Amino acid sequence: MAAPDVLAPALKQYPVIPILQRGAMAASKPYAASDKMNEALGFPGKLVDDWQAKAIGKMGELLGKYRSFKVYLDACVHCGACTDKCHYFLGTGDPKNMPVARQDLVRKVYRRYFTLAGKVFPKLVGAEDLTESVLDDWYKYFNQCSECRRCSVYCPYGIDTAEITMAAKEIMDSIGMGQKYTNEIIGKVHKLGNNLGLPGPALRNTLETMEEEVKEDTGLDVRFPVDEQGAEVLVVVPSADFFAEPHVYSLIGYAKVFHAAGIRWTFSSHASEAGNFGLFIGNYEQMRKIAVRVREAALELGVKRIVVGECGHAWRVAYSFWNTLIGPFDWLDARYPVPQHICELTYDLIRRGAIQFDREKNDHRVVTFHDSCNVARGSGMGGIPGGQFILPREIIRAACNHFHDMAPETIRQHTFCCGGGGGLLTDELLDLRVKGALPRMEALKQVVDAYGVNFMAAICAICKAQFSKVLPYYKFDMEMIGGVHQLVGDAIRLGRND
Amino acid sequence: MQDRRLAEADRLRLIVVLLTAFFACLFYAATAVLVAGLAVKMLGYARTPAPLKIPTTPAPATRGGVVLRILREVTLFASLFGANKWIWLFGWIFHVALALVLLRHLRYFTQPVWGVVEIAQPFGVYAGFAMLAGLAGLWARRFLVERIRYISTYSDHLMLALLAAIAASGLAMKYLSHTDIVALKAFMLGLMAFDWQPLPAHPVLLVHLALVAALMAVFPASKLLHAPGVFFSPGLNQADDSRERRHVTRWAQG
Repeated sequence: MAAPDVLAPALKQYPVIPILQRGAMAASKPYAASDKMNEALGFPGKLVDDWQAKAIGKMGELLGKYRSFKVYLDACVHCGACTDKCHYFLGTGDPKNMPVARQDLVRKVYRRYFTLAGKVFPKLVGAEDLTESVLDDWYKYFNQCSECRRCSVYCPYGIDTAEITMAAKEIMDSIGMGQKYTNEIIGKVHKLGNNLGLPGPALRNTLETMEEEVKEDTGLDVRFPVDEQGAEVLVVVPSADFFAEPHVYSLIGYAKVFHAAGIRWTFSSHASEAGNFGLFIGNYEQMRKIAVRVREAALELGVKRIVVGECGHAWRVAYSFWNTLIGPFDWLDARYPVPQHICELTYDLIRRGAIQFDREKNDHRVVTFHDSCNVARGSGMGGIPGGQFILPREIIRAACNHFHDMAPETIRQHTFCCGGGGGLLTDELLDLRVKGALPRMEALKQVVDAYGVNFMAAICAICKAQFSKVLPYYKFDMEMIGGVHQLVGDAIRLGRND
Repeated sequence: MQDRRLAEADRLRLIVVLLTAFFACLFYAATAVLVAGLAVKMLGYARTPAPLKIPTTPAPATRGGVVLRILREVTLFASLFGANKWIWLFGWIFHVALALVLLRHLRYFTQPVWGVVEIAQPFGVYAGFAMLAGLAGLWARRFLVERIRYISTYSDHLMLALLAAIAASGLAMKYLSHTDIVALKAFMLGLMAFDWQPLPAHPVLLVHLALVAALMAVFPASKLLHAPGVFFSPGLNQADDSRERRHVTRWAQG
């Protein structure tokens, strides 16, 4: 298949709600998972013969298992509050990327098979049979939702399109319509312990090299331990942190924080991945299976705390779901939150004066912060309201002299997705990803022009990978994107503080 | 001559008896559908587990906070205010007006009339107009705003038409063609006591009542389910306390 044409929309001075362009993204769809990838996760290899009946059956099952799905399908009044809130709609103008229209792709089928009105008067209430073309729309447009939940913030009933998208993906998986990128990665986690398929020896090798590099840089023995029994802290990070740029600079930042604070810590080769793509495909069992590796690793290594690195959706799963999926955690040190985010750990050390910075080392940077959707809208930090917004910014301010926020309607709970979340970070969707980044790029352009911002910090591996790829399409330097702990690592005082 | 007049009177009486019986049955049926339908729906919502914590940000950390949040949503439409000021304006005006109108109508169902209902009487009349204005604004958006035109179904338009017709017929009885509201109240009180009293055979009233019965009947099978739904929405009714409290539901045992 030829690479898709990628067209970056022009950046406008003020955001404008686009005119509808029907079918604008009707050609966008991700590669299908192979038979093997689907079967490895217990899904049918390819589209099953009686897919329609199976899909309706699965929908009925999910309606009985998820209150969100059931209530959200009933409660929408088509008020339109969400219609201009999705970054993919703002970037593409395709009406099926309006959250309500995306939901309606499932809702119309729900009405047809599960409601009286839809059975008796389908035309009147917009009910439709689950035909091949509807299923085709599902595969296209539920793979144009990054499950970022921005729409849910504005819905008067709190309807969360992510829940509908996850249900749709779950139904599609159950009839053999798996998506390659997500399902292949989940297979790798089960097989090798991380999304990138990095085997244990390679991981050890990479970390040894990193120790040498940091030693060359600082003259200090900053350690990057793996599988160390008796360490106090188990750190789980997105596997991109081990070798992708700019991710790896944050990894060095974490190690320096532990070094400076004198905390014994370790990675685990069994759970060398914080990411949990079970979330993206809406599959509870996959999500639990992926998460349970962390529990096993923590028990085996005898750690007292679990800390999660800079990964947005991993933090949502850890913060919101781990206690349900793999808790209770009464065997860990109760003086610390379980799980703890690396930003919580660093912020706590800063406040106690346990780590210090030479901020001028970041003086060549004018920094802004991109709130990652899963952190912003699916988690918390520090046990304070809005902590997930406050802590990363406080850390940046502690490590840098120049910080400027982007426009208020584009940050905190209103933040725009990077355009690559939810299992869409794959090359065949690049056109969608570039267009979906438009609202964030417009907000970034404003602070670049106004303050000379040259660095956008984020605490999500997907955001980092996505921006590295799409920034050049908007004529920004791809190295503008980096991690919060990259800033920390560059300015933290190591060795003796006197 | 007199015989004919008597026959006429008999026929009228017969019409009133038939109308009374018809509307009495209609309201019993509509009420039964409304109550049973809502009960089934709400029980269904309540019985369906919410396996994971998915509160929408910014979420309160405590259950008390959740109560406040939902109160803010159902009285002020706080999220909608943040989303779109026009939809908020029309939607809020319509709902507040509807609440006042409903309060005003309680005088037909209570004897003696409650103090608060008496106080609401003069406002209730203006509320009728406000209701229509709100509906008109919401309806106009369904035609004028391209995005909302795209998502609107026939039933979205019909629902607005139904509500507008109810409001208009109500106002018509206040300003254009009065009906015998004393007799109407007797009919309503009679309905509730299963002791039927004659219903005034006033055409506008009959239309008004028939439309209200229709609204009651479609409630549990339509998007009007947003009213109970808002209380069952996991995004709104969950507290942000997943690290502090272990949340475990029926099928999702960790």
